[in-house]
Amino acid sequence: MGEFLEAAFISGLMGAMMRMATPIIFATLGEILAERSGVLNLGIEGIMLMGAMTGFLVTFGTGSLWFGVLMAAIVGMILGLLMAFLSVNLGLSQHVSGLGITLFSTGLAMFIYRLYFGSPTVPPIVPPFKQVSLPLLSKIPVIGPGLFTQYTLTYLAWLLIPVMSILLYKTKMGLKIRTVGENPVVADTVGVSVILTRTLCLVVGGALMGVGGAFLTLAHQNMFLIDVIGGRGWVSIAMVIFGNWDPLKGAIGALIFGFLDGLQLRLQGLGFHISFHIFLMIPYLLTIVALIGVSRKASVPASLLKPYRREEKGG
Amino acid sequence: MATSQKPIASMSSITKRFLDVTANNDIDFNLYPGEICALLGENGAGKTTLMNILFGYYACDEGEIFIKGEKAELSAPRDAISRGVGMVRQHFALVPSQTVLENIIIGTDYGKGLFLDLKSARTKLLRLQKKFGLQVDPDARVWTLSVGEQQKVEILKALYRDVDILIMDEPTAVLAPAETVELFNTLKSMVKEGRSVVFISHKLNEVMEIADRVVVLRGGRVVAGRKTSETNIKELANLMVGRDLLERLEKKKVRPGKPVLEIENLRALNDKKLLALKGLNLVVRKNEILGMAGISGNGQRELSEALFGTRDPIGGTIKINGEAPRLGSPVSFIRLKMGRIPEDRIETGLMMDLSVEENLILENHATPEFQRFGMMNFKKIHQFSEDLIGAYSIMTAGRDAVTSSLSGGNLQKVMLARELAGRPAVVVASQPTRGLDVGAMEYIHQRILQEKERGAGVLLISEDLDEIFALSDRITVLYEGVIMGDVPVAEASREQIGLWMSGVTK
Ligand SMILES: Nc1ncnc2c1ncn2[C@@H]1O[C@H](COP(=O)(O)OP(=O)(O)OP(=O)(O)O)[C@@H](O)[C@H]1O
Ligand SMILES: [Mg+2]
Repeated sequence: MGEFLEAAFISGLMGAMMRMATPIIFATLGEILAERSGVLNLGIEGIMLMGAMTGFLVTFGTGSLWFGVLMAAIVGMILGLLMAFLSVNLGLSQHVSGLGITLFSTGLAMFIYRLYFGSPTVPPIVPPFKQVSLPLLSKIPVIGPGLFTQYTLTYLAWLLIPVMSILLYKTKMGLKIRTVGENPVVADTVGVSVILTRTLCLVVGGALMGVGGAFLTLAHQNMFLIDVIGGRGWVSIAMVIFGNWDPLKGAIGALIFGFLDGLQLRLQGLGFHISFHIFLMIPYLLTIVALIGVSRKASVPASLLKPYRREEKGG
Repeated sequence: MATSQKPIASMSSITKRFLDVTANNDIDFNLYPGEICALLGENGAGKTTLMNILFGYYACDEGEIFIKGEKAELSAPRDAISRGVGMVRQHFALVPSQTVLENIIIGTDYGKGLFLDLKSARTKLLRLQKKFGLQVDPDARVWTLSVGEQQKVEILKALYRDVDILIMDEPTAVLAPAETVELFNTLKSMVKEGRSVVFISHKLNEVMEIADRVVVLRGGRVVAGRKTSETNIKELANLMVGRDLLERLEKKKVRPGKPVLEIENLRALNDKKLLALKGLNLVVRKNEILGMAGISGNGQRELSEALFGTRDPIGGTIKINGEAPRLGSPVSFIRLKMGRIPEDRIETGLMMDLSVEENLILENHATPEFQRFGMMNFKKIHQFSEDLIGAYSIMTAGRDAVTSSLSGGNLQKVMLARELAGRPAVVVASQPTRGLDVGAMEYIHQRILQEKERGAGVLLISEDLDEIFALSDRITVLYEGVIMGDVPVAEASREQIGLWMSGVTK
């Protein structure tokens, strides 16, 4: 058990934490944006999967990893737009629209993959992103090498956290988004378009979800498997609540999840004689436990789940 | 106010239908530069609808709008705002979780670039507050403000936008008398600068004081236009309601009986966690109306919430008919026959998305009368709600109509019908006639008097001194969480009550 304290173990764990947290951070930020404007996007799991598939396929075809990421973002935007059309323009139930998109995307991702690759016995692979060591920071003893030798996408995810906070709390756009999410009547009566704001948030949020998915097939792994997302979209939804709709707190949640995910891998590696399924459950279980504690105090955007139509009284 | 001038806004042949109601029926309305024009009419007459159309919030089915001489196609409030139209809406349009400042600047083009420029926005706001004397803390979160303060935020929000045409939909309904005076000064200085104001109010004396001209709506049509200098309150009331109003309410002499509501040393915190009720004592007897005057924000909300079971006091006792309800438990208060009429009928009183019938049955749905083994007895429920709709003459498309389609006066009737149906021992009515037209107000007043004659003890919390004096048997004043005094109405003078309201004891 002395292995626990070894520098290599800790450094490895830190590195895994950052890696595992990355897709969750992207998706959580995307979901926060959508929910802050008043739309719960349950299409998240499917959008991530489409992102993962698109990123992989495009990279496989063109050889360009970054082009793959870009296309994953664009596919995410298109699905975000579809979500906006259903839940914002048509005013359909957000639950139904979102789950519909997840089901649709899951089928579509598999369909396109099969169309291109058939059913290969050995899954095709791409040369994945390489990790980049940050100068100086990665030289910090024990934790440095793990924390600061990461994929560029991981650094990008971390950069996005303050960007999203600033967007929400410091910009005019952010005030509009928050107002639309709290009370669309207010937004409407001061001349802010509810439909446009929500659509924009869903589209940008969709892009982030798509990139989160692509990280899994282009960095974390180098192949596409149908269960590659593995519920990370749902976990991100939980992280939004855990973080009380705040980007920084949501990212901390993602980090904790990443830590547990990294830990369970390592514990499996240490050879405890328990089914690995139990280990796989740990992060999800603890997510539920954490939610019980946090969600009592949650301050949900007041108009979440409510489609907005003007011709109704009671503003 | 010279009517020979060209109108700044002109609406012609406006018709607006909602399903089976024609809210506006072929209405012509002109507004001239530099005038204050009052819109009068009963609850449901179509005032708000007409102004929502001018504000671009509703699209009219027929008719044309001209603003500043140009034909205006208004597809959203944005289009009206860009033409200089501003509206303080009847129901607050504020975000409770945001600050006053954020609520005011949202959507305006303050500062440069992408970022919120709170500093220059604050400077502008403070300047406006200084000029018009509307005091609220820019950094307070809106949910912590009293209703009156929230109304000030709404007004500041319109002023901040520098409008040429300001629509005020019942802005004074929630203001204390002194605040109303402030507002009137604000409006007067606005029209002096050449701006125009549409002023909607049910308070006829206010209309006579502030407006140059009055347009009266009834049943979605314009029934009259008058210059205020050429009319009087009696004529206006008559035009609105289509009948003469009672000169005076008839107050039967009934001897008060045993105490039905006893409050001892009640202490409660407000939402900001500050002490709002500081050891309050009072008694209401059977067959008695105790009027509680006072400017809102002095603990009225906390007191009524404590009495409704929706706020947990930190100390003291409450007894209804000698029995102590479980504090902080609404159902316990309902069981002991407390009739609860909260000040905010939309937020706390009614479920706006449910039907009228569902709202009527809300507190009784679980009683043996209306359910068996968890299954609702709809035959009885339909009968019950139709009886109430008839008895209170609630204007609605039917018991199945969604509650949000009702006008203010009818919403209040639904609430009254629900609360009084159980023949309560105590009735706590907080601002029961706020926003109601003179006809509806008269009706509610009569109902409250009837309740007292039936045997209820009534605690009437109101900012409206006319109402307090007209209904009460005894008057007290709540000031900063304590009772300032207690006097039979026959011995009370307005001066005395006014002094108590400002915290002066003799
Ligand atoms: N969005 C809506 N849907 C259905 N009916 C509506 C809607 N808005 C208003 N109405 C109906 O139109 C009529 C006019 O309502 P409006 O709110 O304009 O009255 P008002 O004169 O402003 O009354 P109040 O003094 O109570 O505010 C009422 O019968 C009301 O029930
Ligand atoms: Mg109205």
